[in-house]
Amino acid sequence: MATAIDRFDEKARRTFDSIGRTEVHRGELLRHPVYTRLLHWAVALFFFLALFTGFGIYLPWLFRWFTPFFGGGPLSRILHPYFGVGFVFFFFLQMLNWLAPMLWSPGDTKWIGNIRRVVSGEETLDPPETGFFNAGQKAMFWEIVAGCIVYLITGIILWMGARTFGAIAVAISYVLHDISAIIMLGGIFIHIYLSTIGEPGTFQAMTRGAVSEAWAWTFHPAWYKKVTGRDPREAYEKARQQQSGAPPKSS
Amino acid sequence: MADRKTLQAEKISGHSGASPGFGVQRDFEVCKLVDTTTCIGCKACEVACVEWNDMPFSATMFDNTYQTMPETRWNFWNLIKFNEHPNPDGTIQWLMRKDQCMHCADPGCLAACPADGAIVKYTNGIVDFNQENCIGCEFCVSGCPFNIPRFNPGTKKVYKCTLCSDRVGQGLEPACIKACPTGCLKFGSKDDMKFIANERARQLKENFGMENAGVYDPQSIGGTHVIYVLHDATDPERYGGLPKNPTIPWSYTIWKWLFKPVLGTFALFGGLGVLLHYIAVGPRRPQPEPQEKETVHGNGD
Repeated sequence: MATAIDRFDEKARRTFDSIGRTEVHRGELLRHPVYTRLLHWAVALFFFLALFTGFGIYLPWLFRWFTPFFGGGPLSRILHPYFGVGFVFFFFLQMLNWLAPMLWSPGDTKWIGNIRRVVSGEETLDPPETGFFNAGQKAMFWEIVAGCIVYLITGIILWMGARTFGAIAVAISYVLHDISAIIMLGGIFIHIYLSTIGEPGTFQAMTRGAVSEAWAWTFHPAWYKKVTGRDPREAYEKARQQQSGAPPKSS
Repeated sequence: MADRKTLQAEKISGHSGASPGFGVQRDFEVCKLVDTTTCIGCKACEVACVEWNDMPFSATMFDNTYQTMPETRWNFWNLIKFNEHPNPDGTIQWLMRKDQCMHCADPGCLAACPADGAIVKYTNGIVDFNQENCIGCEFCVSGCPFNIPRFNPGTKKVYKCTLCSDRVGQGLEPACIKACPTGCLKFGSKDDMKFIANERARQLKENFGMENAGVYDPQSIGGTHVIYVLHDATDPERYGGLPKNPTIPWSYTIWKWLFKPVLGTFALFGGLGVLLHYIAVGPRRPQPEPQEKETVHGNGD
């Protein structure tokens, strides 16, 4: 089973690498291949389309101005489930693609316990066991997996309606669908913030596909060690000493 | 939709703020009284409804009963439901009940509806659908305790009995009332209809030995603007599934009006939170940071 998924992902990455291009300059590391990047932006596109069509249905007295962008209320209602299916479909492929690096490890539990220092900015370098994804990213990933399952089941019930599934099923699905959306909405703010201005240098991982080595040894030291074979802390110290005329920072 | 000059909107689905024009004029609450004990099942009201509302032909389906079709349809809003009820003494009762929108005082369809102005409740008690604002989500179907709203797959809109709001707005009785030959259908103010219904129930109890005769006006949804006189008010279920205590699902009451806005606001706090984090704590940069960015804290430059 796992090998079949690996073979599928391997083939997809090769195919898309032959179509697209990832330039890795000196002092950079390959972070995401073309296939991963395309999946990410397909997921993002369908997520926001579904989010904005859903807003008008979720809180119309606040968000009814969203629906005209999609051709009005009835069309928003018709399109929303298709956007949702697109979201779940592309995220499913992404899930297969990322299944292995997203598996939880003991280091992740430690990382979560350390979250206060990360948020307060005291933690300048991530703990050495932080791999390709940190625990926060993994938590968000598995939240979206769970959310997609809830979306899919409740979404189909809401799509087909009370005529097919009965009034009670619709009334329950309506609440669960909303809760799933609220959690994901809260998560997307954090995701966008951390991948852009919150941790500068991250965004290019999903556009060009490459990140700087400094970014790698700062945020994902274990991954840095795995791909370069060098020790992340030593590399960091070396870079610090190389900075022109810089006295050693006392931190 | 009825004439806006004569019908005042009291509640509007998915609408922020008060209903415009509410309270400008006082109005009788109207009511339709259906006396199931004198209904002969002639279907004149069904025909009148289809005629007045100019609905296309709807193929009937014979299921070996005296019922035109199994359920109401998007283009067939008024159906005499027929039920054979076996009595304990071995006899059977033929029950005819006019099934249609009940025009609840507290309409579940309106509570469930997310589209601004798609469902309107007038001060005279009529609950009306405005198809031009309907988005076809069918939440009203799951909010209705009586299983009344019907989806038209062609127009992707939901339809139901309007209580002839177009006629009532002009001072006329609904079409079904006008067509009823036995007088089992009556129309007037809610107070008058309740009075007549209670008198009729008393008559059934005293003169016909129906101890359980009574009026169906369920208070669990604040009463309805279509009320029934039943032979046995203790068991409305036997009249083709009339619920004894109809209720609106809590997901359309407490969830929609309380938790939805509250949790929606919390989600938006996520956006506020990251903004505050950027201002107060600032970004985490790849280390080591370039030296020219090592600024002295607190000197304001």
